[in-house]
Amino acid sequence: MKQMDSLARTFGRRQFLISSAGVAGGLALGLSWSENTQAQLTVPPLSVDEVNLWVVIQRDETCVIRIARSEMGQGTRTGLAQLVAEELECDWARVRTEEPSPGQNLARGRAWGDMSTGGSRGIRTSHDYVRRGGAAARMMLMQAAANQWNVPLVELRVVAGVIQHEPSGRKTSYGQIADAAAKLTPPDWKTIVLKKPAEWRIAGHSMPRLDSADKVDGRKVFSIDLRLPNMLCAAVMQCPVFGGKIIRFDERAIAARRGVKGVVKINESTLAVVADQWWRAKTALAALPMEWDWGPNAQVSSQSIAESLREGLSAEGDFWQRKEGDAPAAIAASAKQLEAIYSSPFLAHATMEPMNCTVLIEGGRAQAWVPTQNAEASIAALSEATGFPLGQCDVQKMDLGGGFGRRGGTQDYIHQAVAVAQKFPGQPIKLIWSREEDMGHDFYRPTSMAKLSAGLDSNGNLTGFQVRVSGPSINAYLTPAAIKNNKDTRQLQGFWAEAGDAQLGYTFPALLTEYVMRNSHVPVGPWRGVNTNQNGIYMECFIEECARAAGRDSLEFRRSLMGKHPKHLGVLNAVAQKADWGKPLPAGVYRGLAQFMGYASYSAAVAEVSVSSKGEVKIHRIVFALDCGHVVNPAQVRAQIEGGAVMGLSAVFNGESTVDQGRIKELNFDTYPILKLKETPRVETVLVPSFDFWGGVGEPTICVVGPAVLNAIFAATGKPQRNLPLRKFGFTLV
Amino acid sequence: MEQSLKLTINGVVRAIHVEPEMPLLWALREQLGLTGTKFGCGIAQCGACTVYLDGRPARSCSIPVSAVGKAKITTIEGLSKDGSHPVQKAWVALDVPQCGYCQSGQVMVAAALLKRSPRPSDAEIDEAMNNLCRCGTYQRIRDAVHVAAGQKTVQQVQATYAERPVGVSRA
Repeated sequence: MKQMDSLARTFGRRQFLISSAGVAGGLALGLSWSENTQAQLTVPPLSVDEVNLWVVIQRDETCVIRIARSEMGQGTRTGLAQLVAEELECDWARVRTEEPSPGQNLARGRAWGDMSTGGSRGIRTSHDYVRRGGAAARMMLMQAAANQWNVPLVELRVVAGVIQHEPSGRKTSYGQIADAAAKLTPPDWKTIVLKKPAEWRIAGHSMPRLDSADKVDGRKVFSIDLRLPNMLCAAVMQCPVFGGKIIRFDERAIAARRGVKGVVKINESTLAVVADQWWRAKTALAALPMEWDWGPNAQVSSQSIAESLREGLSAEGDFWQRKEGDAPAAIAASAKQLEAIYSSPFLAHATMEPMNCTVLIEGGRAQAWVPTQNAEASIAALSEATGFPLGQCDVQKMDLGGGFGRRGGTQDYIHQAVAVAQKFPGQPIKLIWSREEDMGHDFYRPTSMAKLSAGLDSNGNLTGFQVRVSGPSINAYLTPAAIKNNKDTRQLQGFWAEAGDAQLGYTFPALLTEYVMRNSHVPVGPWRGVNTNQNGIYMECFIEECARAAGRDSLEFRRSLMGKHPKHLGVLNAVAQKADWGKPLPAGVYRGLAQFMGYASYSAAVAEVSVSSKGEVKIHRIVFALDCGHVVNPAQVRAQIEGGAVMGLSAVFNGESTVDQGRIKELNFDTYPILKLKETPRVETVLVPSFDFWGGVGEPTICVVGPAVLNAIFAATGKPQRNLPLRKFGFTLV
Repeated sequence: MEQSLKLTINGVVRAIHVEPEMPLLWALREQLGLTGTKFGCGIAQCGACTVYLDGRPARSCSIPVSAVGKAKITTIEGLSKDGSHPVQKAWVALDVPQCGYCQSGQVMVAAALLKRSPRPSDAEIDEAMNNLCRCGTYQRIRDAVHVAAGQKTVQQVQATYAERPVGVSRA
């Protein structure tokens, strides 16, 4: 806490000045903007009087639950609070949350654990310790009451934060006993017995979100909304061609524009214009004469990248493989052979809130305000970029206006904002990307291409199955140390043999899966669902081709391959039942089916579509089943499935970030359209948790959206669609 | 050259001295501190910047502030005093927002729709609710519009989302 004290000293006087100005301004203007103007110039201190790391009980009975993961819409704040509150046995109506900063986490030896929020890990990798935190706090509170009354602990009961000793009729509350409880020795965490899901009263139920109210009246302050005293704004331009460099720019041409403070060359490929307000910075940047050396990649196009991927489909070499039996030989010896090539394009994340962050460097300290999926990566980036030790940096996490993987490990905007802030010490720099910058300089969902082959015997049974994926590697771009001997398993997510995370749900007589790395100059990164998106389409659409070639029912064909994968089969059966698989459909309506696994959860979907002669695709019904092990909040799990369906359909029908002359062509929503309400089908969901594992929720189901709809289109048209997005091949979603 | 302009925003007259081509969005956000209206695209595609001009939805990122004239501006901050507009209440009751960034605009468009058409059909909702949401909250937006219109109750809609998991006995 020493660090926080000294931050408070550094910023204390300023904080006072802001508050005064904010109040006066608000009164004078008759408008409610004081809250935003008062945004803290230091990371807010955590509530005092904690019972333990996760729980603070205040005298007014408010129960503050600490949340280490980032909220970006997925509902993790509410879900994690439910898990703590469940064990704590507090009054849910009095729960509020607060978030330790990464600096506060480091100052206490990473007491709150991993803060990274990606890979659908928020709940599945912290449920155990946050529940133990809640339970430990409850045990201490009850022990304190037992001590006070000098009665045996077993005679006490607690309901919604009220402790009762029934034999004597005495009562006390968490708020009254909290001080005494905090002085007790915490129980041994290993001995804590957690409740069974059947006993849950807060977890497992659709509690209302804790963070909805200020999202509907303009009160919520996103990072992009920050208004700090003395703040300057920066607009950024990176070389449109990845890898190009700035040759020259003429700062004098914009020097006289209103509000402009200067131009900062952030690095050899990035310029920023700084002004008193962002619109002025952005328009000045647009007027700044500049000349670029496009560099070695100026001729690269989606076509040339596709050629390199296609070469990878038949290349010889030592690639990462999963090999069971001799699939190529089995296929060659089969009565019938099938082969198909599928492909997927690069995709931008297009979070609604464009990339941005604010950095202040003052008095040997640095602070960032940033919408981040990984606050610890943010503080590391801040420390690296400033050269200040971690202890002299801190980050205020701002709820994200969308994440989807874009705002995780790569904190590019922090590096940029630091470079600007170093030129303006003592002034907060709010750096915002235009939408064009945001879509033109993403870490894109990688493009990939897949060749799939299979053999069928004369009875319509598979003899062997082979899939080779060729494309850029996310690890090669972001975490090269994860790649050994040029072999990268991550790109084959969903085809893995290992149980538990992204296991292939089929058993083939012989199987060969391979990944051939073919990197390009285009930055790549995780995008909701990551590689399960493309791989789910490749696997499930080609399995559909096999089922049809064998003349067999899509469901029955899959079931025949899933005997060793009961959980995969469980969700497949659940979706088939809910979606009335096998029952007659109206004329012109066709069904498609898919199942796949990712993020430790099992997903399946059935879509019903009709396709007009003009290629208009109408989704009449879409049904999902999910086994995520434990369901903490059914309403929010369903919300994630509904949202994933929209994002998945946007990708399948519309999404493509095209590379042309080394740069991305689609730079705004006019050329990178995402689904609108009128195109969105009603999503039906059946949740089938099996309660013996903990799976993710935010990402798993997106991988079955595409193949279910593509297989329905195949059924309707008799022709498989193997390349995306569909709008390039004459289809529109209506 | 800069101009002195008087704008009527949420019933209050405000004077600003700005470049006439400055989009209304940025005048609201940066000159006047009304940050509930969001920047999403800058080209009138996404609708996150929706405000009312004389009661009609408009995309403030693409309207020069000097073109507003005497039109009365309503922003999300002025839709209701305390979040009590039926649309806002329905949005919260159904937990429509995920990240929330686009929701100021969604709420503004929905409230305008209900003013024009108090009991909208699904087709009218489809036509009017044209703003983008990357989280994909559209299904709940549609439900919440019906709730705000009194065509469905919160309980009716909630029942479909809060349905308990099925199929497997609990450990």
